[in-house]
Order: sequence, then C-alpha cells, then structure tokens
Amino acid sequence: MKIAVNVHLKKGVLDPQGKAVLHALETLGFKDVKDVRVGKQILLEIDTADKQKAIEEAKKMADELLANPVIENYEIEVKE
Amino acid sequence: MKVGVIVFPGTNCDRDTKWAFEKIGAKAEFIWHTEHNLNGFDLIVLPGGFSYGDYLRSGAIARFSPVMQNVIEFAKKGGYVLGICNGFQILLESHLLPGAMTRNENLHFISKFHHLKVINNNNKFLQNLNIGEIINIPIAHAEGNYKVDEDLLKEMYDNEQVLLKYCDKDGNELNPNGSVDSIAGICNKEKNVFGLMPHPERAMESILGGVDGIRMLEGFLK
Repeated sequence: MKIAVNVHLKKGVLDPQGKAVLHALETLGFKDVKDVRVGKQILLEIDTADKQKAIEEAKKMADELLANPVIENYEIEVKE
Repeated sequence: MKVGVIVFPGTNCDRDTKWAFEKIGAKAEFIWHTEHNLNGFDLIVLPGGFSYGDYLRSGAIARFSPVMQNVIEFAKKGGYVLGICNGFQILLESHLLPGAMTRNENLHFISKFHHLKVINNNNKFLQNLNIGEIINIPIAHAEGNYKVDEDLLKEMYDNEQVLLKYCDKDGNELNPNGSVDSIAGICNKEKNVFGLMPHPERAMESILGGVDGIRMLEGFLK
C-alpha cells in the first residue's frame, strides 16, 4: 500500500522558502499569487493490504519522526 | 574533568571541540555514534556539523543513533550535556531541550563573528560570565531560527533557561536569523543540558579573532 505523508510548517511559523518562491514567481510575472508555502511529501510503501492499519502506522511514524510537532503539521493520504 | 565528544557521520567540529577542552586543561575523548558506554565522563558534548547530512530535519536522524539513547539516559540522570550548533539541533529533536529550529529567515548560511548578551548565568555553563555582559563568538548555520510557543517561552524566562541573545557590539538586540526574541542559547529546567548555536570552541585564540569561548567552557571545570 502506498501512503503519502505531507508535512508543512504550521500556520504561524514563517516559511522563508515559501517567501523566496513567492518573490521569484512575482518576478516571472505571476502577479496573482498571494502566498506560497513549501512543504515536503514523504512516500511510504507499506507491506499490508489493510488500509486502516497502514494509516495508523503512518500516523505513528509522522508523530515520532517524519514531522516535528513543535513547528510542523502533517496529513496522510492513501495513494493506492 | 573528562569530556566525551560525540562523533556522528557528518559531524565536523569534533576535533576543534576536543582541542578546545584540552586547551583549558580537561581530558577529552571522541565517542563514536555506535558506542554505548558513557561511564566516567563528566560532560558530554554534541559538536557542530551536519550529522546524517541534515536529512529530514537537522538533528532528526541523529536522535535515533545508538549513542543518543545513552546520552538521553545520561542527561535524565543529571549528567551535563552541551550541544553546539548541530548539537543544539539534536538536543531539540531529542526533546532534551524545548522548542525547534527552522531555516534562517533570510535563507542564507550565516558564518561570522556575532555579539551575544548574557541573559542568565545561574548555571554551570555561564557561571564565569556576568549578566548583561557582551561577548563575541562565531556563528555558522543555516538553521538557527529558534521557535518555541509563547507559554513555554514565558516558563523558560521564569526558570532562567534563556541564556544568550544575539546583539550588536553595544548590546542592542540584533537578530541575524529570525529566532524568537533573538535567542542564541538555552538550557533545560534542571540546568544540566545546554544548547547554543554560536561556537565557543572557535573563540579560543586571540590570533583567530577572540577568546570569549574560554570562560564559557571553563564553567564546566568548576
């Protein structure tokens, strides 16, 4: 089963990479872009057919390692 | 005094750190990240560098290395632990110190001497320095933008855990990286675990720019 863990900085935490990308987009002429947040996606291939179990495992992984709860939020997405 | 300098794959300030402690008269030994025995050490230092290539987040992988399980146990028993730069990041990821690090606000890797103001000295590390004193110590990091939530920050001030802040030569707050309240160094509530982004081990020789690191490290000798 393929699971994606999407990690983003929390709302109140300034995202300097997002800011830099925003400025670059403005330079390119994309004037409508209001805000950019850069996150990361971690793709997991878990050896189980049990969707619920896979989601629970991924959640544990995110809490313990993949995300830092002080500054980051995550969401889990089942790919296939 | 016997100092253990932990070496992870990607650590690069280990030799400077060992040399710095030997210079002030301590015995120092390297401890490879796969080792477990911390018996006989009075201070464990996590030096700067890029442990495990800074993969995922700075310090995130080092936290799970074999020796860190013993360092955590050592700290919980009251042993003295000092984390410099990447070492500080590892202590945050290991939850031995409160808060987290993010990328510098201006996205640059900043490498230069920077003035610091001593905020609290009621601890072993900074006991030789005076409150309000301004010292000059090199910084060299890309992820030194310290973050902690307001409630915890207040608690840290109340417990004298905020140790050092970035400032200019006259002591006015000057924030190079976006850290909350320009914080450069902290300790835990029990005052046996210390973390700072600046590198005291690089301020040990006047010919190399300054000696303010000496009095900091000498705090551990007393």
